[in-house]
This record gives sequence, structure tokens and C-alpha cells, in this order.
Amino acid sequence: MVTVDTAERPAETANRPRRRGIQETRGYRVFRVVNGIVLTLVVMVTLYPFVNIVARSLSDEAYIIAGQVNLVPRGFTLDTYQLLMSDPLFWTNYRNTVFYTVTATVISIVMTTCYAYVLSKKQLKGRGALVGIAVFTMFFTGGLIPNYVLVTSLGLKNSVWAIALPNAINVFNLLVMKAFFESLPTELEEAAAVDGLNTYGILLRIVLPLSKAIVATMVLFYAVAFWNSWFAAFLYMDRQELWPVTVYLRNLIAGATGAENVGAITEANEVQAEATLKAVTIVLTTLPILLVYPFVQRYFVRGIMLGAVKG
Amino acid sequence: MSSVTTLTTPTPSPDTTTPKPPSRAPRQTWRRALRRDWQLYSLAILPLLFFLIFRYLPMLGNVIAFRRFQPGGNIFGEYWVGLRYFKMFLNDPTFWNVFTNTLVLGALTLLFCFPLPIVLALLLNEVRARKLKRLVQSVSYLPHFLSIVIVAAIVMQLLSMDGTVNQLVRAGGGEAIPFLQRPEWFRTIYVSSEVWQTVGWGTILYLAALTTIDDDLYEAARIDGANRWRQTWHVTLPGIRPTMVTLLILNIGTFMAVGFEKILLLYNPLTYPTADVLSTYLFRMGFQSSNFSYAAAIGLFEAVIGLILVVSANLIARRTVGTSLW
Repeated sequence: MVTVDTAERPAETANRPRRRGIQETRGYRVFRVVNGIVLTLVVMVTLYPFVNIVARSLSDEAYIIAGQVNLVPRGFTLDTYQLLMSDPLFWTNYRNTVFYTVTATVISIVMTTCYAYVLSKKQLKGRGALVGIAVFTMFFTGGLIPNYVLVTSLGLKNSVWAIALPNAINVFNLLVMKAFFESLPTELEEAAAVDGLNTYGILLRIVLPLSKAIVATMVLFYAVAFWNSWFAAFLYMDRQELWPVTVYLRNLIAGATGAENVGAITEANEVQAEATLKAVTIVLTTLPILLVYPFVQRYFVRGIMLGAVKG
Repeated sequence: MSSVTTLTTPTPSPDTTTPKPPSRAPRQTWRRALRRDWQLYSLAILPLLFFLIFRYLPMLGNVIAFRRFQPGGNIFGEYWVGLRYFKMFLNDPTFWNVFTNTLVLGALTLLFCFPLPIVLALLLNEVRARKLKRLVQSVSYLPHFLSIVIVAAIVMQLLSMDGTVNQLVRAGGGEAIPFLQRPEWFRTIYVSSEVWQTVGWGTILYLAALTTIDDDLYEAARIDGANRWRQTWHVTLPGIRPTMVTLLILNIGTFMAVGFEKILLLYNPLTYPTADVLSTYLFRMGFQSSNFSYAAAIGLFEAVIGLILVVSANLIARRTVGTSLW
């Protein structure tokens, strides 16, 4: 849109064509000030818990117990970080999280891509039924108990498959990807078919290279979901060396099974640092997500918008 | 789902009543479709196996709600007991308490987590400073990406006896409150943490819908003498109504399953009177009391009500405002 600076249209209005009023009433000016304040408060309220946790993680336990830690660390110390990092179980669990996330994401991407590609072929016979089979599961599921019985009787307990297989396809992601494939021009694929490429060849050499952005978005959606998941591991992993780090944190805050480990390391170091330790674990578990978030945020937004088009 | 049968049984039933061409045509087209598109169909095999094994088989697995089940035995149970487990929970006072809690928490979540993103999106839409707008968006989306375990851990830290909230209470001259041990606080804690985590991300679809509203409509409204408030009421809100209806139906679809994982992390026996919901109750029945059939019966009850809710919401929406999911 070209900026046209005319008498009726102040420059500001022309720059943002969506603005509707010409002259601003006093009431609207007041509203805008209030609005700015409200939104600033929203930002502060959203950020405060993060800042608080970081401050607690860097503070001396005594100040926390005295209830004196808010925005700034008191009695600054990195000891608790060292303490947590010296716990081999924490590292084992962290490695597990990475391993589970990578394995499950790869499986999910392959499955989702294949099925979404099939569903995107409008002329395919039986397509409606194939879509229906997937969509119905969004609104009706077997439930916790039958799922548990199934996974257990398939012998998947205590393996990565218990986490990866039951959640291999997220129907929302599937629909997002299907909508993307449907938006691709068909001419290229037809030309490739004329040149003698079969369906697999078309998918691998023509469609996927055009779909890098959506595949990246899907990788992010799945990876974040698996990185964050804890319940499947909590349910199916009996031994602590198989836990992901989310279950490590869960046991720490629940003060349950994890307590004896924490007890062991705190004893060894002769520090009593429970509250700080929790804060440090929260920080170290969240850190990877916080670090990549600024760079990948727009992919998430794009992905969810694409899904909304066809939702 | 009638079309499913067409897929799983490609050969149509023998012609009995209507010996007309249409009943022969499907078989030929199926054969032709399979010959032409077998490579495409082959790509669907693994995903279909996934859906059948991990989604539809557990649905069938719900028969254990009507059968005696022994852990380690047959996954479909040993013998029929009819509606015994359903009668059991209908006569269980804890069940009714838990059922009420589910409805209350579900309703509160819907009451706050459905309209607040709309309000925030409308406020954001009035912001002219692009940097502020982008900052608010980036920051408010962030909690959506955190694990529920982390959210629960943060809630516990903020509400602990030495946490920020109790510091404020003390500064106001009050006594520190062990919030997470008090049943009367649980609903507030649950709903506010839910708002904190979901409201920002919830604005995305509304912001997208807002950009699609035609500027001429605002122009026309303004010429008719509508002020900002009336423009919002008569142009903006109707413009995002399809998005609102769609999201409302989806929210209603998750009504019965209210934040199972988060409640499991945040509640404790002291807060059961308000915090215990159907899903957490059946979790304890199944995994702590090993009463799988009883738990499955409650789960099936919950899932069926959920399905009824979403189907009726969809139907009502289609009849009244003409927007629906299917």
C-alpha cells in the first residue's frame, strides 16, 4: 500500500490503513493510555514468575526461607547449580529427554507427512473415510485405562516406544500439514508423473523440497510436545535411569521418590538447599526452550494460522 | 462415519434389492483406484495401523468396563459383569463429588479461558506502537511452550510459604497461607494458572481473523455515526464470530477432560474436596487401587459425555449461527 498523505488522512492513518477514525475523541485517547498500561501489566505479570524463579535459583537458601527473594537474587550463589549438575541422575534424565524427543519426533514426522500427503489428494477414493478415521479421534478417545492396558500388554513398558508410538500422530498437526499440501500447485507433480516418477519419488523429490517450511514447523510442534511430556514416562518407566528430566522435576516438586536422591546429594555437600534446588531444576529444564523460542516463534504462529484456514 | 465401511470393505454387498449399475460401479472404481493409486494407499498403511492400534483398539478396550478384568490377563477382560461397575460408581458418593468438581472446574475454565483471549486480542488490535504490540505477543505466547510440570513447579514456588504471594500477604499485614493445602483456594489457583498459560497463545487465531475484516465496513459504520465502541460491537465482533464459535466448540470438547495432568501435579489429599476430578479419580482407582474395570467405567462415562457435549455444541452452533466444525 502506497502512503498517500492527504488532508483528510493524517500520515499515521495512511501508514496503518486499518485505522478507522479521522479525529480522535478524548475518550479514545484516554482508552489508548489505559490500554497501554493494561498491556504493560500483562507483560509484567507473564514475565514475573520467570524472573522470580531465576532469582530464587541464584539465591542463598536462607534468604528464600526468610521470604526475601523476589526480583533480584539475594546472597548470590552458583553453588546450587553445581550441586544439581553433580547429580548423575539429572544428566542421565536429561540425555533421556533428548533421546526420547529425537526418536519420537522422527517417527511422528514420517507418519504425519505420509498420511497428510495421502489425505491431500482430493481425487483419491476413500479419502473422506481416511480423514474421518483421524478426525473422530479428536473428539472420542479410548481413555487412560484401556491405553495403559494396551501399551503394557504390547510389552512397550520401559522403552522409548511407550512414549513415541501411542502419540505418533497429532491430528491437529496432521490437518495443518494436509492444508499445506493441498495449497501446493498440482502441475509440478503431474509433470513429474509424466516424466515417469512414481508416487514415492514425487513425494520425496518434488513435494518435500517445496515443504521445508511446514516440515520445520511440524518438527517444532512435535519436538516441543515430546520435550515437555512427562505423563507417559511417569506411567510407563519404572526405573529412574529411564526417566526424562520432566519426571525428575516432577518427583522433586512432589517430594516423592526423588527425595532420596536429593537427600543424598545434599548430604554429601552438607547444604540444605531444597527450595533453591527446585528453582535451579526449573531453570535448567526450561532453558533450552527459552533459548530457541525467540528464533522459532514465528514458525509456530505460521503453523497454527495455516491450520486455522482449514481447521 | 458410515463411509468407513466403504473403505474397509471395498467389495460391496451382493446385489439383492437394487440390481442397478450404481451398485456395480463402486467395485470397478475401487479396483481401478487401487490399481492406479496403490502407492498412495501404501503410504497410508502405517498411519492407519497407528490409528487402529493406538486409538480404536483402546476404544474397544473399554469393554473391560463391562467385564471382570485381571491385570496381566486378557486385555479385554475375563467374563461379563454387565453394568455392575456403572451401578457401583453411581452409588459412590465420592464419584458425585468428583463429578461436581469436574463440572465446576470445567465451567470456570470456560468462563475465563474462552473470553479473555478475545479481550486481549481486541486490546492488541488497538495498539499502534508496533514494538509494544510485538513485545506483548512474544511474551504472552511464551508460557504456552512450557511443560505442565514446569508450570506446576512455578505455581508451587510462587505460592509456597516463603513465595511472592505470601510475601504480599504478609506485607498487607496478614498471616501466610499454605494455599496449596487449602481446598477453598484450589479453583482460583487452577484457573489463574490456566489463564496465565493459555490466554496469550489463544489470541493468535483472533488476531488473524481481525486482519481479514474489510476496512470498508468500518468506513461505512463511521459514516453512519458509529463511535469506536459501536464499531467494535457491530463490525469487529461479528467479523470474528466464526472463529469464536469454532474455538468455543473445541473448548467444550475438552470440557470433561479438564487439565488432568495439571491437577494431578497440583492437588494433594488435603485439596481433594475441590480438586479431585473424574480423570484424577479414575487414575487413582486404576493405578493405586488396581480397580481397572471400575476406572474404565468412569473413563467411558467421561468420554461419552464429552462426545455428547461437542456434538450438541456443534449442532446448536450450526442451527443458530451457521458456523460449525463439520
